[in-house]
Amino acid sequence: MTDTFAKTAPEATQPGPNPAPTRRSRSGFQPVRSIMKHALLILCVLVMLYPVLWMVVSSLRPNDVIFRDPSLLLNDLETGNYAEGWNAFADPFSVYLVNSSIVVLGAIVGNLVSCSMAAYAFARLEFTAKRWWFAIMLLTIMLPIHVIIVPQYVLFAQLGWVNTFLPLIVPKLLATDAFFVFLMVQFIRGVPIELDEAARIDGAGHPRIFAQIILPLMVPALATTAIFTFIWTWNDFFSQLIYLTDPDIYTVPLALRAFVDAQSGTNWGAALAMSVVSLVPIFLVFLFGQRFLLRGIATTGGK
Amino acid sequence: MSATAELRNLGGRGSTAKRQNKAAFWFLLPWFLGLFAITLGPMAASLALSFTDYNLLQPAEFNGLENFTRMLGDERLHQSLGVTFTYVLVSVPVQLGLALGLAILLDRGVRGLAFYRSMFYLPSLLGASVAIAVLWRMVFGADGLFNDGLALFGIEGRGWISEPETALGTLITLNVWTFGSPMVIFLAGLRQIPRMYYEAASVDGASRWRQFASVTLPLLTPIIFFNLVLQIIHAFQSFTQAFIVSGGTGGPADSTLFYTLYLYQRGFGNFDMGYASALAWLLLLIVGAFTAINFWASKYWVFYND
Repeated sequence: MTDTFAKTAPEATQPGPNPAPTRRSRSGFQPVRSIMKHALLILCVLVMLYPVLWMVVSSLRPNDVIFRDPSLLLNDLETGNYAEGWNAFADPFSVYLVNSSIVVLGAIVGNLVSCSMAAYAFARLEFTAKRWWFAIMLLTIMLPIHVIIVPQYVLFAQLGWVNTFLPLIVPKLLATDAFFVFLMVQFIRGVPIELDEAARIDGAGHPRIFAQIILPLMVPALATTAIFTFIWTWNDFFSQLIYLTDPDIYTVPLALRAFVDAQSGTNWGAALAMSVVSLVPIFLVFLFGQRFLLRGIATTGGK
Repeated sequence: MSATAELRNLGGRGSTAKRQNKAAFWFLLPWFLGLFAITLGPMAASLALSFTDYNLLQPAEFNGLENFTRMLGDERLHQSLGVTFTYVLVSVPVQLGLALGLAILLDRGVRGLAFYRSMFYLPSLLGASVAIAVLWRMVFGADGLFNDGLALFGIEGRGWISEPETALGTLITLNVWTFGSPMVIFLAGLRQIPRMYYEAASVDGASRWRQFASVTLPLLTPIIFFNLVLQIIHAFQSFTQAFIVSGGTGGPADSTLFYTLYLYQRGFGNFDMGYASALAWLLLLIVGAFTAINFWASKYWVFYND
């Protein structure tokens, strides 16, 4: 299994500038063919993104028009849905945004610290039964959370952690997102070992090599980890549904779900408006962190 | 922590090895804690619980193989297995086929590659969210956007989500919609194929189709395999979308009762935690079996260049 992962990890694992090979058409310039290809691609993009665009436009329409207008044309801006959705729950929507942000921030810090430490050991140190530990680490990437959720719930319930953010943050501090350990191992392997050796000759121990040589060089991998953790945690529903049952500490996905279920299909405008609000952070991360996202999934096949 | 203590003691083969073992122990300490306390420990506990009757309030009571014999007669479980297998076996091939097709189209020197790639990738980031599931509920409702689109072609629509025959189809569509992430992996793989192979092939007079079949496809099989394994494992664990679209019920008529949704209902709806643990282990065995079959079958179709 290790081999498969290693073989399928493409060149993007190497740190530093990654010059894209210049592409040229193998068959020369063919205008008709090229136009047809672009037409096809643009059609695909439109079909795929139309529902999302419609969601944004419809959130700015009065409730009674939403289902009658499939177009993307907006006559006048109706921001009432946002005002109404924002205050539709026990708490204003900002409370849920803050709750989600706390969980996301905790998860990011946890993953960055714990996964980079583990990755340094796997990539740079020799230790007993290393191959076995590494194999176990890879296997845990594929382990469905459902297999461990029941005893984990019992454990956290006994610690009194249900309805706190701890069950969502503490596991990240313990490097349970092995996917990121693997991503960072791949990255560190690409850092020239001569740098470590030079530092060792200068008398640096492993903590210093890790903190002063490896960490600064693996910033791209850390950024990838931070961004993926952000998106996955922001979107996460299953574990939040299980651990957070008190409406006051609901996160954004839980609040949205509660809203949609309670409305049972009457106030779709407000539901759409808050859905749009909940996607804005993801969209911003996509805009500004795309480079790291694309590199990350090309490296390890994350989703 | 016995295993980590063992790890420390075992490396007495010289001072460097000892020192590295010691350093490794500290660097791996958070990971070891997580592995044993959050992953392996609960795994073992869930295996043990699967032989018990446990409702969280009373202590677990050993009941032998009862949970497993109960599975044989549990019709909702059989329904959820059928739903999940259909979902995995339809949505993953369609998703990967689309991803591969568009990656190949994009790889052949298209201007604006970065733009198209981003646009196709965006749904992968959004697809797992509750917001998109809410949107899906509206788009595929009786008076939703999808029916408006069909009406343009004069096709009579229906309540895609409210009818048992089509509800699962809307969730399959949603998974296919997130083809962007395997597509990016395919694109990265296509870039790895050395240009000179194509040059050699065209010198030999190979047509574009022949080049695709004899150069591109064989060299891409490791990536196809990688995507296949990951997406199957991923699809088996789908939960959020079915939960939101069906309001947590798996309806209509259990037609979207994903395996994980049924497990959630048993474990956290009915607090039937012994049975839920048994279900969890069955899921692990099923996913493991699919992965093992995949690895076994890969001998016959995956081509490794080195």
